[in-house]
Amino acid sequence: SIMSYNGGVVIAMKGKGCVAIAADRRLGVRGHTVAMDFQKIFEMGPHLYVGLPGLATDTITVAQRLKFRLNMYELRENRRITPKTFASVVANLLYERRFGPYFVEPVIAGIDTKTGEPYICNTDLIGCLNEPDDFVVSGTCVEQAFGMCEALWEPDLEPLDLFETISQALVNAFDRDAMSGWGAVVHVIEKDKVTVRTVKTRMD
Amino acid sequence: MGDSQYSFSLTTFSPSGKLVQIEYALTAVGAGQTSLGIKASNGVVIATEKKLPSILVDENSVHKIQLITPNIGVAYSGMGPDSRVLVRKSRKQAQQYKRLYHEPIPLSQLVRETAAVMQEFTQSGGVRPFGVSLLVAGFDDNGPQLYQVDPSGSYFSWKASAIGKNVSNAKTFLEKRYTDDMELEDAIHTAILTLKEGFEGQISGKNIEIGIVDASRKFRVLTPAEVDDYLAEVE
Repeated sequence: SIMSYNGGVVIAMKGKGCVAIAADRRLGVRGHTVAMDFQKIFEMGPHLYVGLPGLATDTITVAQRLKFRLNMYELRENRRITPKTFASVVANLLYERRFGPYFVEPVIAGIDTKTGEPYICNTDLIGCLNEPDDFVVSGTCVEQAFGMCEALWEPDLEPLDLFETISQALVNAFDRDAMSGWGAVVHVIEKDKVTVRTVKTRMD
Repeated sequence: MGDSQYSFSLTTFSPSGKLVQIEYALTAVGAGQTSLGIKASNGVVIATEKKLPSILVDENSVHKIQLITPNIGVAYSGMGPDSRVLVRKSRKQAQQYKRLYHEPIPLSQLVRETAAVMQEFTQSGGVRPFGVSLLVAGFDDNGPQLYQVDPSGSYFSWKASAIGKNVSNAKTFLEKRYTDDMELEDAIHTAILTLKEGFEGQISGKNIEIGIVDASRKFRVLTPAEVDDYLAEVE
């Protein structure tokens, strides 16, 4: 299956005035692990991040094309884009390729700097938006990730607690998946700062 | 735009560095019925003369001020049919923006895109510039705004402006009367007085059109009855 050729998983969670987005670091070619430092989460603004699990070549290309559209928006409109509007841009970019899609299923996490409102969402590979209030998951171990998030997530977690929660959810989910793992990176986005941490995990 | 036989532009530079076609377009605008707009602290008003060629014309069927989005309206001076083409294009651009971003288009972006269309027609093959200047009024996240767009494609944001016949008198009048803290009601009265200055004949709700947008962000054209009420207040 194309979506599980390279492997990988991304999850995002909402907290109290903050969001967190986390991904594994593996890049594989079917069963063969080729890299343990493959970036799947990209910064699109000081408080806006997008995770792109799926086919690695599309991860890179979609990230570049999104950045292009984002830069054009910010130059034309002379303002920062909001997470909700950015999600619409992502959906539009994916639907443009409705009959020959990019094999990524993006996860978006950010904070609207005007209102301080946290925002998460994910889309399928052809741009159908899903905007829940708790958490979003995408990748080769979604079932495991859903299970972990459902069990561990609770509303209004403070940034440090959110970090612990999302890290445990991610690590224990990808430890039950052969195609994901080999390290984890977690971004915690608050109104005034972003903290990036790499998590020590089983390297298998 | 234009077929292959007309792949050259009809708008070319004169030795003095002017684009004569644009100058002529501006003359066409200057011969058109007066329109004006005033930006108040809490809204924008645009008004235009609606002189019909004969008393037999059904004035209810003529709409000079038109809506582009629920919070943006436009008035014109110059050639009516040209303005209709631009209104149609602007409406489409606003909808495309909404489809892409799921957000109403900011007024400055809409004006920029409309102006770009007008500029295209000064440089493309086989077409002539638009013979209208537009006054675009709206209320968005950046507050009330009033823009003027010319046949050349240049656009300006105004506190108060007039286009068409009688501009110099109208602008002088506006300069004297405009204050930064004017409210919408005062602006409507001032707009009516300015139109009255250069009006030939008896002014009434049937031969002028007024459009307003306030903090509710709903642009609407006043009914003739409402216009008559304002006219009575101004007397």
